[in-house]
Amino acid sequence: MTAPAPKLEVEDLLVGWAEFLVVDKVSFTLAPGESFGIAGESGSGKSTLLLSLMGMMRQGLQHMGGSVRLNGLPMMGQTDAALAFVRGSKIALIPQNPATALNPSRRIGAQIDEVLLVHSALNQRARAERVLDLLGRVRLAEPAVTAHRFAHELSGGQVQRAAIAMALAGEPEVLLLDEPTTGLDVTTQSALLDLLVDLRLKAKVGMVCVSHDLGVLARLCDRIGVMYAGAMVEEGPLALVLARPGHPYTQALVASIPRLSTGGLPSPIEGSPPSLFHLPPGCRFAPRCALVQDACHSQRPVVSWVEEGHKIACLSPNVAPKSVAHRPNTACAKGAPLLAVQGLSVDYAKQGLFAHKAPKPVVEDVSFTVVRGEVLGLVGESGSGKSTILAAIAGLAAPTAGQITLMSKDRTADLAARATDRPLSQLRSIQLIFQNPDASLNPRHRVLDLLAQPLMLYGHVPSSDLRGKAADLLSEVRLGAATLDRMPSQLSGGERQRVAIARAFAANPDLLLCDEITTALDVSVQAAVLELIHDLAQKHDVAAIFVSHDLAVVRAIADRIAVLRSGRIVEINTAQELCARPVDPYTKSLLRSVLEIPT
Amino acid sequence: MAAVLLQRIGLALVTMVIIAVVVFFALELMPGDACSVNLGRGASDSMLAACHARLGLDRPPIWRFVTWAGDFLRGDLGISMQRERPITEIVGWRLRNTLILAGVTSVIGIPLALGLGVLAGLNPDGPLDMAISGVAIFAMTVPEFISGTLMILVFSVILGWAAGVVTIGYKAPAFELVKASILPAATLVFILAAHILRMVRASVIEVMQSDFVQMARLKGASRRRIIWHHVVPNALLPAISIIGLTMAWLLGGVVIVESVFNFPGLGRLAVDAVADQDLPLVQAIALLFGLIYVLTNLGADLVALILNPRLRTRRQ
Repeated sequence: MTAPAPKLEVEDLLVGWAEFLVVDKVSFTLAPGESFGIAGESGSGKSTLLLSLMGMMRQGLQHMGGSVRLNGLPMMGQTDAALAFVRGSKIALIPQNPATALNPSRRIGAQIDEVLLVHSALNQRARAERVLDLLGRVRLAEPAVTAHRFAHELSGGQVQRAAIAMALAGEPEVLLLDEPTTGLDVTTQSALLDLLVDLRLKAKVGMVCVSHDLGVLARLCDRIGVMYAGAMVEEGPLALVLARPGHPYTQALVASIPRLSTGGLPSPIEGSPPSLFHLPPGCRFAPRCALVQDACHSQRPVVSWVEEGHKIACLSPNVAPKSVAHRPNTACAKGAPLLAVQGLSVDYAKQGLFAHKAPKPVVEDVSFTVVRGEVLGLVGESGSGKSTILAAIAGLAAPTAGQITLMSKDRTADLAARATDRPLSQLRSIQLIFQNPDASLNPRHRVLDLLAQPLMLYGHVPSSDLRGKAADLLSEVRLGAATLDRMPSQLSGGERQRVAIARAFAANPDLLLCDEITTALDVSVQAAVLELIHDLAQKHDVAAIFVSHDLAVVRAIADRIAVLRSGRIVEINTAQELCARPVDPYTKSLLRSVLEIPT
Repeated sequence: MAAVLLQRIGLALVTMVIIAVVVFFALELMPGDACSVNLGRGASDSMLAACHARLGLDRPPIWRFVTWAGDFLRGDLGISMQRERPITEIVGWRLRNTLILAGVTSVIGIPLALGLGVLAGLNPDGPLDMAISGVAIFAMTVPEFISGTLMILVFSVILGWAAGVVTIGYKAPAFELVKASILPAATLVFILAAHILRMVRASVIEVMQSDFVQMARLKGASRRRIIWHHVVPNALLPAISIIGLTMAWLLGGVVIVESVFNFPGLGRLAVDAVADQDLPLVQAIALLFGLIYVLTNLGADLVALILNPRLRTRRQ
């Protein structure tokens, strides 16, 4: 029996510009109805690869060698006009960010209709019926209403469904998915993945899915490839790759994923992915590889088969994998209470001439305490009020009711005042770390200046000692003193977040407020930041409130977890208990929505 | 939607009141008044007092402002001192003439600017874009009194296609005025179109690089479809408010161009009124210009509101 001809063949594909390669000699095939996943961190070239499968080059990039064939038809080096009859009909894309991939000034229905208009011979009435049928297939309630909406009138999950309907309109044989659930809430993500799995079974459509989240790929794919710095380092059946990762990068990547079932701190991968302009001469992973050998620095790795259908690109493929057991979280609460929040309510009443409706509270009657040295996790979906609680504690949002009390060493202080009216000692003891270090670090200040400000303001450090003190802080977050003279733009995302952490610790705080601080980071870097927060909080006896939408991340770092829904705490318990024996149905549904990778 | 609409209209009304206050009291602050200007330096105190009493200038300024503004609302702009005729009568015809000139300019200039802007933006840095953008930058930098004079030199002195100077009276029939406004309008189009097309070009380039245009390519849509259904509607939305602002600039340009071509419009009247120190007339014209400015921008806002779904509808 011969295998059916592959739908999609990618052979030694090179994409880049000048001498820089974004996609470096990637090859794979997709059998009819198969689902292939491509895993990789930001900058690994996975999205560029995905677009080139449709013969599309990203702005400024060129096809520099190799081929992509769809049903034997070459996709490279063709004009848009030549590819128009396959794009949308034989191969279709579900975009990474559907909100910007939909035309803002045309109705959803018209944009789905466009695919039918271009690719089918249906008349207008038949097309209109098809559009409603497609919107129903992606389980959008009231298809007729949705068809008449504009993209900005829909929620994130609804827009993604509309984009899926648009991709399905041409009845493609191959569906390309670019981070299909990134930016969605966990329960929305879970429902969308159910839909995609279902569509795949019914429509028997082939899929190539790109994601940084191995959990998403595990739900959708039969086979996966792992990309690092433009090259495919490992490829094989999903179960084999996850159970017996062969490449040191895959091993480390799997180990850096927080796990709900076991808890504990995930293991970071030291360093950061190489920049395209300074690629290491040998194996690209060599500088970060725990199993590196001398030859790795000078020789490009060769592809070798680990087992049937499972291959890796590594010079020493037979080295035993490192143990991937997570380090236990050793945090423990140390008695004295630090912060008490009692009956807190916050709403953002619209000020001004045209405010008339009574606002709905964002946070309603929330009470909890934080004990010195503990990490309290706040989990909830977008709009659950978790960031607002942090804002109220930090004095950035005024509570409409309730009390926040800070118990420092010898006295108790009421935190009713806004940050601008608080005494210096209160400001010092509460420090906030934001989600996006790109936005929270002044781009025109050197790292030294960024750290010097809290040191001078709160610590009265004389200017002669600033440099030394700042260097000490950097070494605590495992950055070298050379970083002092860099600008934030010269640092990687992970390094910037470390600087933001160092800045928070420069104030010598009692309480850290961490607002989704790992959300913008790659999973390997996230593991390093979690470890850092855990170690520093222990060492300096600092408590932290760690806000995240990701239950597995919170489970890794927190002693206790509070689950928020629509501004109220529905359940609060120790991390282990809450995950093992959830009481509230909402907690249960959140736990069910977490995508745990099989081991 | 209704709330936004009311808000815009309310803001426009407030702006108009502020304009009226500024126009009135700015002239009030100037030394001398209608009587002292009209009677000249040799006027005796008793003559001035009589004149003040006749025109109501002996009343407090607030009272005079309210009467003036109230009369204005009823369409009575007061009486011109020098011309000794109701201002409404003097201004009415010229306003019509200037609106004809502005109309001809817009009808030619705006479609031309939009079309050329889209053409330039679709092929950025190509030879067509270089030519269009080059001419546009040149047009923007040459002041109207130079380009107007050059127009007269080329089209009437050398080629003899049109009269260089408008000789018809301000009460001429509209058709005559449309003919007469061709050359002045061409001068105004030069600058008006340049501003708008630069804006449209930038906007087209931005939209061409957007995710949704890439998505349309990946749906297999033809280039023509992409341009007409995805690029043009989205690229022209930001142009609407620019057109509103450019119309305001047009009012300033009208003053100069009407003087160069001797066009019997509001702009030339404004210059004459200032030269004659006809204060009530200057006041009336300044207020009219202000109102036209506010109304045009209100119009642009409303059109943008109607055409842009992101402003028109809200997330459910």
